[in-house]
Amino acid sequence: MKRKLTLLSLVIGILAVMAGCEPVMVLDPKGPQAETISNVIWISIATMAIVVIAVFALLVYVVVKYRASKQDADYEPPHIEGNPIVESIIVGIPIIIIIFLSIITVKSTYEVEATPKGYEDQKPLVVYASSSDWKWHFSYPEENIETVNYLYIPTDRALEFRLYSYGPITSFWIPQLGGQKYAMSDMITTLHLAADVPGEYMGRNANFSGKGFAENIFHVEAMPADEFDKWVEEVKATAEPLTEEKFTELLKPGHLGQMTFSGTHLEFLPPPEGHNHGSDQSHEHAHHSDDSHGDVETDHSGH
Amino acid sequence: MDYFDRFAIPHPSPAIYASMVAIGLTVIAILIGLTYFKKWGYLWREWLTTVDHKRIGIMYIIAALLMLFRGGVDALMMRAQTAVPDNKLLDAQHYNEVFTTHGVVMIIFMAMPFIYALMNFVVPLQIGARDVAFPRLNALSFWLFFMGAMLFNISFVIGGSPDAGWTSYFPLAGNDFSQSVGTNYYLMSIQIAGIGTLISGINFITTIFKMRAPGMKLMKMPMFTWTALITNAIVVFAFPVLTVTLLLGTMDRLFGTHIFSMTNGGMDMLWANLFWVWGHPEVYILILPAFGIYSEIISTFSRRNLYGYTSMVASIVIISFFSFLVWTHHFFTMGQGPLTNSIFSITTMAIAIPTGIKIFNWLLTMRKGKIEFTVPMLYSVGFIPIFTIGGVTGVMLGMASADYQYHNTMFLVAHFHYTIIPGVVFAMLAGLTYWWPKMFGFMLNERIGKWAFWFIAIGFNVTFFPMFFTGLDGQARRMYTYSEASGYGPLNMLSFVGAVGLAIGFALIVYNVYYSTRHSSRNIGSDPWDARTLEWATQTPVQSYNFARTPHVDSIEAFWDYKKKGTPLFKGDIEKIHMPNNSGVPFIMSCIFFVWGFSFVFSMWIPAIITTIAIFACMAHRSFEKDDGHYISVEEIEDTEKDGEVLAYENR
Repeated sequence: MKRKLTLLSLVIGILAVMAGCEPVMVLDPKGPQAETISNVIWISIATMAIVVIAVFALLVYVVVKYRASKQDADYEPPHIEGNPIVESIIVGIPIIIIIFLSIITVKSTYEVEATPKGYEDQKPLVVYASSSDWKWHFSYPEENIETVNYLYIPTDRALEFRLYSYGPITSFWIPQLGGQKYAMSDMITTLHLAADVPGEYMGRNANFSGKGFAENIFHVEAMPADEFDKWVEEVKATAEPLTEEKFTELLKPGHLGQMTFSGTHLEFLPPPEGHNHGSDQSHEHAHHSDDSHGDVETDHSGH
Repeated sequence: MDYFDRFAIPHPSPAIYASMVAIGLTVIAILIGLTYFKKWGYLWREWLTTVDHKRIGIMYIIAALLMLFRGGVDALMMRAQTAVPDNKLLDAQHYNEVFTTHGVVMIIFMAMPFIYALMNFVVPLQIGARDVAFPRLNALSFWLFFMGAMLFNISFVIGGSPDAGWTSYFPLAGNDFSQSVGTNYYLMSIQIAGIGTLISGINFITTIFKMRAPGMKLMKMPMFTWTALITNAIVVFAFPVLTVTLLLGTMDRLFGTHIFSMTNGGMDMLWANLFWVWGHPEVYILILPAFGIYSEIISTFSRRNLYGYTSMVASIVIISFFSFLVWTHHFFTMGQGPLTNSIFSITTMAIAIPTGIKIFNWLLTMRKGKIEFTVPMLYSVGFIPIFTIGGVTGVMLGMASADYQYHNTMFLVAHFHYTIIPGVVFAMLAGLTYWWPKMFGFMLNERIGKWAFWFIAIGFNVTFFPMFFTGLDGQARRMYTYSEASGYGPLNMLSFVGAVGLAIGFALIVYNVYYSTRHSSRNIGSDPWDARTLEWATQTPVQSYNFARTPHVDSIEAFWDYKKKGTPLFKGDIEKIHMPNNSGVPFIMSCIFFVWGFSFVFSMWIPAIITTIAIFACMAHRSFEKDDGHYISVEEIEDTEKDGEVLAYENR
């Protein structure tokens, strides 16, 4: 028993060390938000390690010391109802731990839900990221360009993603830049990110959305501001304009490679901004086609 | 779509056709077997119409074990598919159906019946009752669950399995994105089983409140009965939410309403909220009885009373209360904002406190004990470290900001398997092994049982521990495949190896049942474990009336005191016993429910109307029926009790 428990903890230990060596994405942050979360995770792992070690140690101690084979045949275990001091300790210490973690949680949650620290005085780059089965559309309203399944971003600038979906609930996630957030059909959610380090990152939809879910990935490239501006200019000069017709075609379920357009779909299909748009736009689009996948959520009343 | 096309499998494969044939052959074999051995009458009289809580408990166990293997095969398929990158074993649609089925089967049709199996068998015995409060309703509960499970299980050969995940989030589960009838099966089968569960909830609360043996105050109930009481209280509050949610989903899918749709004022966030308002309490419905089982087993095999009984009771009551205040943590990423998320983070983490109390109380129960490592005790001791890992990762997931990185990843999958497998599966296997001799009159082989335990415990850790890392490395859950470049390959392969270990463990359990049935001694007395609670004061096998004379209780461990201090347990003379009659109506009514559900799945309105009327006719029949039960005479009782050990002990 003891040997097997030691073996078990050894295996767990080795795996834990393995985690330390390999830079897993979430713990290899490339932006302030991801770094905040990564720190929170490390603090929680350290705190929880204390709990785990305490419980394991106590367990091994009682299991080894009080096993029947180590005791006299006529040993009669005592009747013990409880002890107020012991019980206050086993309530008190967890309460202290939870209070500590609560403070960290609240503080960090407010942090990652706001413009990243150190970027507050900048104007953020706004990107509308909308999902449709099974792709991502990135609209840059100020730059007036749009991409599909890839995202170019400038480093050292606050990024404000406005998320919505032309289909099931999806979740916009770039693990090395920060946490994820849902994209839904009748409201916009906002995700604040920033990248400190130029590089290529994995982005994906993390929320199960049907057949094409596994491949619902996008490519993220962070580059210095001047390179980003150069890319914008190039796209404007060379990419074909995005028409309503073309966009409706893009919304059809399936996988597309990376695509680039000048102009955005926001002009002819405004995003569901404002609160709870499902209800006040119904009369305008009462005659939705039955072709549900092309069924596009629109809202003109907000403009 | 042509009318009959709907019954075809939308996405066929050789494996499904093979299963279809296998199901057909099995059914034929069962029918022929029953006829050949002339067992139809026996089956009808002794099982299909029984209202005996012990037999119903055993039927729950059989169903739960069948479903465990069904869900287990699904799990193996998933791990095999993801063992190597870009695997082609299953395609995306099949994988989606498999993990959806795995989730639903394991939670609704395996874990739920398993806890009700043990509650059914043990609770009336532990409180010194003759049966549950409403025996016939109890039969109805079982058969509704069973028919719900069967309805769900035929989905993959008739019409297609649900493919939107066990959480079945709309709009993905709506007609627009899930066109087969799969989700209809999900909605109807869980609805039918859920009605059964709700009835059980009411039944057990009444039983525990009204039918306890004289002297058994609430604070003198055994811990398993306490957890059963609180669990059923959660059931009664949580399951109506599920009923309504499923009904709304059904309205959307079958009658064109727009409650969860993307257009016409529908609200896609509503399903997630309603689902988890039921779904989170459901987690505690599963875990609390497990806590009760561990309390009984750890106390029995440490040869000590349970440490901190009062704080144990307090903690389950607090857990049940908090279970209704944490549902939002299932979607911190929905954009509620930091204030809401902070509040739900704190309530979520707060649950760790009462849970921690329980862990420490178990450790303190073992302290100064005389620990014997029987198979049930091995599961209980193995539960503590594994569940602790599950618990602390739960606290980590409860921290909203960090959850933005864990959500929807394999980290989450690892976490909830680290809670639910030691919490439910280990507990059920421990409880099954522990109460097995009371159920069947012989013990399971300890040596094979220990081998099975080690395969399961080690296999489990090898399967699920790597997922913490792949999750942190960005592997989302529910992905049918991943690229080689992602680097998830080796750890997923390790998971698959662990899953094979788990499968071997479960196979050993089956072998153990077979082996022990053939070779175990039948001469085990009525109290083979030297246990402490009233269920062991009955004869083995337990008589239909449980106790010839009602026990009188004046401590938490009445039977232990009776054995050690000689405190008398049974007083007075044997009197005739009033027992309920068997009835075929619960079975028949549940069969009608099956057809009713099937009709709704395929929108066949005429049979739906006819079966609805038939269901009401069954209820009317019950209302007007005169059935006063029957009496077992004193002579008959004395005759059967002649060899009763407990009585013999007293008469000495």
